[in-house]
Amino acid sequence: MRLFIPGDSAAISVGADEVAAAFAELLPDIEIVRNGSRGALWLETLVEVESPTGRIAYGPVGPEDVLSLIAADFLQGGAHPLSLGKSDEITWLASQDRVTFARVGIIDPLSLDDYRAHGGLIGLHKALMLEKDSIIDEVAESGLRGRGGAGFPAGIKWRAVSQTTSVEKYICCNADEGDSGTFADRMLIEGDPFTLIEGMTIAAIAVGATQGYVYIRSEYPYAISTLQKAIDIARNSDWLGNRVLGTPHSFDIQIRVGAGSYVCGEETAMLESIEGKRGVVRSKPPFPAIEGLFGLPTVINNVLTLSTVPMILAQGADFYKARGVGRSMGTQVFQLAGNIARGGIVECAFGISLDELVNTYGGGTLTGRPVRAVQIGGPLGAYFSTAQFETSMDYESLIAAGGMLGHGGIVVFDDTVDLAMQAKFAMEFCALESCGKCTPCRIGSTRGAETIDLIIKGVSVDENKKLLLDLCEVMTDGSLCAMGGLTPLPVKSAMINFPSDFNGARR
Amino acid sequence: MKYSPWSHERAVALLATLREEKGAVLMALQLMQSEFGYVDKACVELIAQTFNKSRADVHGVLTFYHDLRTTPPPPHEISICVAEACQAVGARELERDVKAKFPQETRESYCFGNCALGPAVMVDGTIIGRATLEKIEVARQ
Ligand SMILES: Cc1cc2nc3c(=O)[nH]c(=O)nc-3n(C[C@H](O)[C@H](O)[C@H](O)COP(=O)(O)O)c2cc1C
Ligand code: SF4
Ligand code: FES
Repeated sequence: MRLFIPGDSAAISVGADEVAAAFAELLPDIEIVRNGSRGALWLETLVEVESPTGRIAYGPVGPEDVLSLIAADFLQGGAHPLSLGKSDEITWLASQDRVTFARVGIIDPLSLDDYRAHGGLIGLHKALMLEKDSIIDEVAESGLRGRGGAGFPAGIKWRAVSQTTSVEKYICCNADEGDSGTFADRMLIEGDPFTLIEGMTIAAIAVGATQGYVYIRSEYPYAISTLQKAIDIARNSDWLGNRVLGTPHSFDIQIRVGAGSYVCGEETAMLESIEGKRGVVRSKPPFPAIEGLFGLPTVINNVLTLSTVPMILAQGADFYKARGVGRSMGTQVFQLAGNIARGGIVECAFGISLDELVNTYGGGTLTGRPVRAVQIGGPLGAYFSTAQFETSMDYESLIAAGGMLGHGGIVVFDDTVDLAMQAKFAMEFCALESCGKCTPCRIGSTRGAETIDLIIKGVSVDENKKLLLDLCEVMTDGSLCAMGGLTPLPVKSAMINFPSDFNGARR
Repeated sequence: MKYSPWSHERAVALLATLREEKGAVLMALQLMQSEFGYVDKACVELIAQTFNKSRADVHGVLTFYHDLRTTPPPPHEISICVAEACQAVGARELERDVKAKFPQETRESYCFGNCALGPAVMVDGTIIGRATLEKIEVARQ
């Protein structure tokens, strides 16, 4: 019999290590697995007991509950106020469609045996039997688009790199995950790191690359440690290295750690940073697919993009593209964050409504007050009002509604939020994180924050609103990348959807 | 967190381990900081020499990244996430209180990926969710 107590850093943040230590002391003969989190973060620490008919869940468990759980004979599934029944029957989880996150929270993240037993490496073995072009065809056919924000079709990017003749090419995984309200990359890496390694290996074989880099933000020390261990295990089991799983391919992966810069999530700034330089955005063309890392052809993909590839290879493109709506095919790993009662990971097909995510899954706000605003897609994403809750969550519908999906983070605010303050923060964040290359972004953002301040103070409100809109236009048109180019999105959406917060007199 | 006292010899030895790395300047600065707690001013020259860069190059990198610092760290490091998802659950108010109590130790961060259990705080490298001043005080000990 085994006990599962998540070692995910979100679970650790609310006491999972203390819970695990208490069980280890009182039940020395029971094996404790530190799995990833199932993503129902409001239930952390979610403790699961293995039973012949599946796992039984208890949560949220604190160290103070350990004695009473043992007294209730929880190891045999005994009744307890924290009992949640069978894990697989918890509606919040059972109703999801987990593809990318299929193994997260289920397996021991660092057990290759567990990984194999749950379908790991099937995709890579299939890829090794295919021609390079057929691998790319499969990925293209699945409809998989970049999950880092821009939504560019993965297959097209891979083909561009594959068609270059360079003998040296790179796979760069973008694990900078800078957007507030997003944590799926982190949870995937902490909960199922071999999936990312497998996805990168498949990409390498498909395009003919021999070296990979994972650029992870320094704010993720737990993920960095788990991924490094997983890479070491993969190296010691003839997966990474000179002969990938006994084939003539060679591929290895190195981690590079960020240094607290948001703009380094932009792909060319990331390349500069991996090269050890200031994270200044490059102009395109040349595109990284042709001249990327150290001037060589480079595939750059987000963690989730790469981690979905093994499933696509294993189950086939049709399996994946059967899900979703229109040109948004497959599943999206939504992340419910901020002031939300039931926050965490909701992976389901594109096309679910915002209302279903925030209210049905999320259960409204944590504070119990009415939901007033929702920011979708990180600091460069739009603020939506509840009037827009029927919006279908897919790339195209969100753009049509004046927003963007970004990395799929949804941040909920209750009715105490002041959208003028949020708009000001958007400008301040841009000023802080701008790489400095373009004047509208570098200087305009500071002017923008000052102007919003005047509006908040009630100084010449109408003129300043007009000035702010002009400034937004200059930033949109005159910025090289989406840092300066999309900062106007949260600002303008706040003004449009919450006009009463911009009339000078505070609510 | 435990750091070694600044030592020129130790720095030289550590930097030598990165000789084979491509694009090692940022890694080198990070290595100096993780060993000594900060990047001593002598490091700029050392790194420039070791990796055949100009001092201006190294200095440029050093000043670009928010993580890197050039003075020794306080005895405890409290990083408070003040990004949007944590703002939505009171991070600004928490920051005000923590700053008032530990002005030297408190700095702002933007997202630890714990956005469903905010406010999120990192105390000496340990993550805290649903953070309060009390929890931070306990973690600091
Ligand atoms: C300011 C800025 C920050 C970004 N941050 C990230 C990030 O943290 N992670 C990420 O995967 N993509 C980020 N992107 C998008 C990347 O530039 C790039 O589109 C993406 O990594 C490509 O991978 P994909 O096609 O798999 O999405 C950012 C873009 C901008 C403009
Ligand atoms: S828009 Fe801002 S972050 Fe992007 S390249 Fe220009 S100055 Fe740099
Ligand atoms: S926004 Fe605070 S941890 Fe993500």
